[in-house]
Amino acid sequence: MRTAITSLVSGTLFGAGLALGGMTDPARVRGFLDVFGDWDPTLAFVMGGAVIVMAIAWRLVPRLAEPIFAGEFHLPTKSDLTPRLIGGAALFGIGWGIAGLCPGPGIAALVIEPAAAAIFVVAMLAGMAVVRLMEGASS
Amino acid sequence: MTLPGFPEAAPLAGLAGGVLIGLAAALMLLALGRIAGVSGLAAKAVGLGGSGMGRGSAWMFVIGLPLGALIVMLISGGIEASFANPVTLAIAGLMVGVGTRLGSGCTSGHGVCGVSRLSARSIVATLTFLGTGIASVAIMNALGLEVL
Repeated sequence: MRTAITSLVSGTLFGAGLALGGMTDPARVRGFLDVFGDWDPTLAFVMGGAVIVMAIAWRLVPRLAEPIFAGEFHLPTKSDLTPRLIGGAALFGIGWGIAGLCPGPGIAALVIEPAAAAIFVVAMLAGMAVVRLMEGASS
Repeated sequence: MTLPGFPEAAPLAGLAGGVLIGLAAALMLLALGRIAGVSGLAAKAVGLGGSGMGRGSAWMFVIGLPLGALIVMLISGGIEASFANPVTLAIAGLMVGVGTRLGSGCTSGHGVCGVSRLSARSIVATLTFLGTGIASVAIMNALGLEVL
């Protein structure tokens, strides 16, 4: 229960931050990526603010024997730079640039422009399912 | 407040939004010991792999995203946003879905959580998706493709 409520609070803060910072507006996101044109630096402030707060949070992790509401930390351990990582990130970036949406803002925008956001989110989940199926086939 | 030379920019709202996102991610990290990666949590919620977290809690996080946006909408009296046409949204969504699963994360997991941890994988992934995002906007502009 504590885990579920904490997750809901975190998601809500996250969604509020996305909306407040302008990330739920694809025009603003594409404006940020348009560095060779009419550049809008707003998203640099969003990322900067988030990274600064999280950099402090990471410094607190070693002082905690375990998370406040959980038995242990579950953190990524991979460190290898693979073609899969870089290829996936490259493809994601192209999609991000085309429509000005990444996963968080796409889902948050379901209350702003429901029909448009739903098309993006359903297509995104379909893409995730494709990867899941390919992995199932190869293993 | 505006930035000299960038009349469209909203630096204070951006910074405030970023701090909220950082607090959200810090809460997941310090309270639950988890990375607040939206693509991984969304995949987990619908049963397509992703985060090691329980599905119920993954759903709670995902539901929180539109809830948070709704709260901002109600307080501010509306959120400005313009979206691409359906075909563009579908193509972009597919690429984002495939790319974030292959690349193990998106703007939140890599860009915020990983970069702030100084993870080499996340820094490389973030520079890569920023690079291809910038390139796709530049190429579309050069071709005169207006999608918004």
